[in-house]
Amino acid sequence: MRGLQFELESGQQRRVSKAQERLKDAAGSVHAAAFVNVGDTIQVDHEAGFLRGHGTQVVNGELLATVCGIVERVNKLVSVRPLRAKYNPETGDVVVGRITEVAPKRWKVDVNCRQDAQLMLSAVNLPGGIQRRRTAVDELNMRSLYEENDIISAEVQSLYQDGSLHLHTRSLKYGKLENGQLVTVAPYLIKRLKQHFHHLKQYGVDLILGCNGYVWIAAPSESGKSSVSETPMDLSNDHGSEMSSKRSTTLIPSAQEDGKRDLSDDDKVRDSITRELRERICRLANAVRVLAALGLLIFVESIIDTYEVSLSWDTAVKDMLAAEFCIKIVEREAEHRDKKELAI
Amino acid sequence: MEFISPEGLRLDGRRPHEMRQLHAEVGVVAKADGSALFEMGNTKVIAAVYGPHEVQIHSQQLHDQALVRCEYSMAAFSTGERRRRGKSDRRAMELSLVIRQTLEAAILTHLMPRSQIDIFVQVLQADGGTRAACINAASMALADAGIPMRDLVVSCAAGYLNSTPLLDLNYIEDSGGGPDLTVGIFPKLDKVSLLQMDSKLSTDLFEKVLTLAMEGSKAIAEYMRQMLLENTQKLAFARGTLKR
Repeated sequence: MRGLQFELESGQQRRVSKAQERLKDAAGSVHAAAFVNVGDTIQVDHEAGFLRGHGTQVVNGELLATVCGIVERVNKLVSVRPLRAKYNPETGDVVVGRITEVAPKRWKVDVNCRQDAQLMLSAVNLPGGIQRRRTAVDELNMRSLYEENDIISAEVQSLYQDGSLHLHTRSLKYGKLENGQLVTVAPYLIKRLKQHFHHLKQYGVDLILGCNGYVWIAAPSESGKSSVSETPMDLSNDHGSEMSSKRSTTLIPSAQEDGKRDLSDDDKVRDSITRELRERICRLANAVRVLAALGLLIFVESIIDTYEVSLSWDTAVKDMLAAEFCIKIVEREAEHRDKKELAI
Repeated sequence: MEFISPEGLRLDGRRPHEMRQLHAEVGVVAKADGSALFEMGNTKVIAAVYGPHEVQIHSQQLHDQALVRCEYSMAAFSTGERRRRGKSDRRAMELSLVIRQTLEAAILTHLMPRSQIDIFVQVLQADGGTRAACINAASMALADAGIPMRDLVVSCAAGYLNSTPLLDLNYIEDSGGGPDLTVGIFPKLDKVSLLQMDSKLSTDLFEKVLTLAMEGSKAIAEYMRQMLLENTQKLAFARGTLKR
């Protein structure tokens, strides 16, 4: 178990090992050769030929693994996929990142990858939504759009040979993220699915599962942005609608004529986020942390399930990160998998 | 001083070709991308790997390969007498360089251009053979971080006292004044990445001691492989598949 600060007593350790054993058995008979270490030989049919993929190397005619992981075979392509590696970007992935640097005509964004991603000035929507050529004035006003340490959501536009990554926020659903919590998990726990932006109606919370392992949980942004620049009273109306649908302004925060944010608007937004909403956000964030520490897959249903279970067991939000809750979650997951096995 | 009793037992009761008890754990530092705890008898070392990530000092960026940085330090409480050592301690600088060179030879740096890999090794308890334990711990931490390597780097120390080659010296034997040889090998590829020795040895004895150290390394390699495999399996089984 990684990432949570507690020591397990012997009794708890036994329960965890037992649950992990059950998870292993529920997986069924996995071919032993599927797991390899660094330097292990991978079985290939040399006559039929093979294509060397990622995570492998050819030494003296033998195919050796260069990482510890699982062997994947697609027709003749043999590759080894490590589990806990850095984020491996693909075009079209939705990622959540943090701005690390404002450079000439681009921002550098930390997306848990080998190199910082680049967000070009030409790849963002200008405030007002007009399409025009970026001028020198735009370049000087870059900080009014995104500053260092801002958190943004974006999509991977392209990858380059040297491994550098280009992002874009050319859609209303991407842009600066506010009023929420960022939880970092290992990228292999988040699967690439159709939807990465989720609005949890029952809790009134926005959830973004970035493919790079950055999970963003926040108060619904509707109540923040559009109402801040229009009418603050619209807060209650905007609850329960999809994040992307009703947006009339762009996601650049209310950048007014002089380019500075109005601080009183921020205060209004913060007051509108009630204590119950904050608690729900914290509970969801802790659910994500627990799933990540236990190495379980993170997707909307599993997060909601952990959330509901924590409510039904009357666990306080802070107790979710304690040993007892985590062990119970692992045991619960082991039971689920066992039942699935029996059902099949 | 007598390092081997007439019955052939060393000071801690081992035979000359016997290694100390090994213990390794992966994933001990939560924030690190990869980490490992390696124990050889009473020598305990913790290694943490961060990376590959963006190069911090832009001028040091290499356009075609990854930059590998290594920092070795000893905790103040690691030796018998509590002693606070600075980072620029000469021995620490030498060991940092040695560990970096040994591991850099194994990492496939050309697969990660313009990035940086940081390896931090700290000795928690020192009882001889810290160099070897550090390399072993760092190797496991790199494997845990999913950084592609040619092969694991496995290291072991051997010496020569009372006319007998001894495997895996502890602190008392180390300070006995005899030669102390540390070897770091790629077990699968059968190549040597590190070879260091203090004091003097004649060539035929050198061969004996070197062979002994290499055999010890191969045994450690088996253990490391087993621990890494268990860890990979545990992670894979926990993750399972998406369908619920």
